Formats: sequence, structure tokens, C-alpha cells
Amino acid sequence: MSGSAGDGLLVAVDSRIHRLPAQVKVVALFVFVLAVVSTPAGVFWAFALYAALLATCVALAKLPVATVLRRLAVETPFIVFALVLPFVATGPQVEVLGLSLSESGILGSWNILAKGTLGVVAAIVLSASTAPRELLAGLERLRLPSTLVAILSFMVRYLSVVSDDLHRMRIARESRGYAGGRAGHLKAVAGGAGALFVRSFERGERVHLAMQSRGYTGRMPQLAASGAARNQWLEGLTISLLAVLIAVTARVAGL
Amino acid sequence: MSGPSIHVERLVFAYPDGRQALYGVDFTIQRGERVALLGPNGAGKTTLVLHLNGILGSVAGGSGSGRIQIGGSDLHREHLPEVRRKVGLVFQDPDDQLFMPTVRDDVAFGPANLGLRGAELEDRVREALVQVGMQDHADIAPHHLSYGQRRRVAVATVLAMRPEVLVLDEPSSNLDPASRRELADILSGLDVTLLMITHDLPYALQLCERSLLMDAGRIVADGKTRDLLGDAELMAAHRLELPYGFDPLSVPGPER
Repeated sequence: MSGSAGDGLLVAVDSRIHRLPAQVKVVALFVFVLAVVSTPAGVFWAFALYAALLATCVALAKLPVATVLRRLAVETPFIVFALVLPFVATGPQVEVLGLSLSESGILGSWNILAKGTLGVVAAIVLSASTAPRELLAGLERLRLPSTLVAILSFMVRYLSVVSDDLHRMRIARESRGYAGGRAGHLKAVAGGAGALFVRSFERGERVHLAMQSRGYTGRMPQLAASGAARNQWLEGLTISLLAVLIAVTARVAGL
Repeated sequence: MSGPSIHVERLVFAYPDGRQALYGVDFTIQRGERVALLGPNGAGKTTLVLHLNGILGSVAGGSGSGRIQIGGSDLHREHLPEVRRKVGLVFQDPDDQLFMPTVRDDVAFGPANLGLRGAELEDRVREALVQVGMQDHADIAPHHLSYGQRRRVAVATVLAMRPEVLVLDEPSSNLDPASRRELADILSGLDVTLLMITHDLPYALQLCERSLLMDAGRIVADGKTRDLLGDAELMAAHRLELPYGFDPLSVPGPER
């Protein structure tokens, strides 16, 4: 019950990357992804360099490689789409292992896979090295509208409460002998979602009362976060700036 | 400042859907008193308590009439922030009360709304957490705490505003016996006026010398807790029951 075990996606170790202020990491992620996305798909060496940069990041953040690989699973739907692409795209065809594949489809598929994977890994590094609360404080420093930050912070706080509610409702359903098939289950879940919505709505009202009781007047107090120093910005953005350099070079070389 | 901590006169209130909850409530609580508010479910106890800091009632733009004085001054729209500092409300479900990402942020929420910043705010948070013995848990997310710990932090969030009146809605509900006793130790050590809604009659006897008994939107009895709990006829008439084997005349109470 102590420590911050299970605090979002955070992998609790101490590293250079963990110590960087969250706002720096958010900007760094954004710049890196922009650089990756703007690189032409055909410039393979650029992607190799990006991958190397990210691998350095993962190593610097002392993240277990297995964890990173496991979290890559969120990418699965895109992978499926990317694998379908060579079969459905039109244009000049090539023969691979007796299959007729579209040339532009293969390149498109590579484009999605490479850029998607790089983006997802970069996001994993951010989420694994930043506690949800720090992330919120960072977003606030980046001048995200305070209402939006408040909504996000409530989500972080109440996600577990709501999922516990859902869990209890499922147990209550099954304790009373409910054993529908997959379709029946969906139906029950849909009904449960309605009940859950009403519960959460009522909780929202009670939370609002509690906030008013403590003098809330429509403005959330700032989550204390100190500004980032100049060298922290430089340190955090190094990798992203290298990525920008690579992207620009790739563009120029491609001309 | 002078006058009683809480003075309520002819308080009447109906919810917007027409359900009448309070039918004329009168009572006065002096400074430093510890009072239990007893009564069956649906008696209007929580509704009454939400009036005391202007969440419900005519001050909040709702319907209702009557007069409420806190610390000798009338409840007015202009004084609401001040009144909400003076009257600290601890809600029944700590998950409703703790809505910030960490315990520290949550305890700081009230004082920050009062305009405190920086070191002063830090001190206030620390002081409140020490009062409930939770100073080592400041950086933890509320949902990682046990229920008893959450209840104590909920009390701290209100103590951080340095209230003159502490109002608790069923503080002992859902607590295991040890947490229940720890909370009693904390509450009995506080130097504030205390009003406590509870169904836990031994708890009322342990902590509060005086009790108000409420039923169907009215105060039906007001007196020493021991006398009320000992009046079998009164208790039965208002759906109150003592736990099996509990004799209110045989246990020590807070009377001096």
C-alpha cells in the first residue's frame, strides 16, 4: 500500500530521462515524431538512425527491453492494416514468393510500420519515464488550458475507481448465475455501461460538492511544477534535434 | 468573534423535485462543543449539514427559508468563501473528497483556494497531515491508500483550511475496528467544534457529550448523548437501535 507501485505506466527507476521535467519530454517527443513523420519512406538509412537514437533513449532511461516490447502491442491494429496494404494497393506488381504484391503497397506498408513503431516507442519512453501527475504538471506548464488539465487529472484519479465499480458489477452479475455467451455478455456490458454512467455522473456531482466545500470557485490551483532550466531543455531536446537534422538531411539528399 | 459556532433557526428546505427534506430545524451549538447528529436514513441529516456551508439552501440559489449563523454572523452569499473555510465538511465517501492526483495536492487544494502559496502552503499541508498521522504518505495517489487512510486524509484536507467547525458525515462507516479507533483518537485530540452525523451510536457516546436526534426533517430530541441512548422509547420511535449487548449507562463517555 505504500510507494507508487502501479502508478500508471511509470517504470519506477531513477535515470537521466526520468529526472527531466515533463514539459521538456513532451516537447521532445513531439519534435521527434514530427521529424520521423516528415522523412520520405524510401530513405532507409534515416530510419535506421532514428531507431538507434531511440535505442539510446531506452538504454538511458534504464527501461527493461521486455517491457517496451510488450507495450508495443498497442500498435497491433496498425500492423494488421500495414500487412494488408501490399495485397490491396494498385500499381506495378512484383512477384514475392509466388505472390503478386503491389510495389507502392510494400513501400506504404513499410512507411506505416517504421513510422508507427518509432512513434510508439518514443511515446512508451515518455510514459514509462514520467508519472501521470508530472505529465499533468508539465502540460500545465506548456499552457494547455487549465480546464483540459483538470479533466485529465480527474481521469487519472478516477479511472481506478470507475474500473473497480465495473469489476464489482461484473462479479455481482456472475454471482447471480449470469453466464451468457459472448453476445449475451456484450448485452450485459451495455446495460452495465448505462448504470456505470449514472453512477459516475452522481459521483461527479458529489465530487463537485466536495470541491465547493473547500472553496473551489472555478479555477484549479496550479499543480506545483518548477520551470525547466536552459540546460535541461538542451539535454532533453538533444535526441529530437538530432532527429530533425537527420530528417532535413534525408530531404535534401532525396532531392 | 463572538456568538455560538452554529445557530440554525426555522430552517426549511425542499429539493428542486419538490421533495421536502427539512421542516423547520432549530438548534444552537456553542464553541468547542462536540455534538452527534443521529437519526434514521432519510431523516435529512446530510441535507442539513450541506446547508451549514452554503452548498444547499437559499444562499446557494435554491429554495428554502430560515436563518443560519456561523460564528455569530449570518450566512450570506458574499461571505461564502469565508464560511466554507470556517465550516469544514468531511464527506462520507473519501473517494468523493479526494480528487487530486496525490495526497499532497489534495490537502493543498483547500488552502490554495484560500490564496496560500509556496512555503506557507507547504507548511499548512504538512501540519494537517501530521495531525492525522499521514505525513509519510504525501506523495502517494489517493487510490493507493487503504480505506482507513483515505478517510484520515479526507479529514486532513479539511483541517488544512483551519476550520472552526468540523462537520463529518458518518466518519466511522466502512472502517475496520482499528481504523475506527485511530480516527476517534484523532478527532478527540482536535481543538474545534465538532458536528458528526453517525449511525454508530457507541461512537457518538464515546466522542460527543451532546446529541441531536433528527427524524423526518425535524430535530426531535436534543440532550446528553447518554440520556438519549438510554431512552428506549425515544430510540424505538425513531428507528434507532443500540448494538447487541451495548448498555450506554455502563461505559465511560467524554463527560467531565
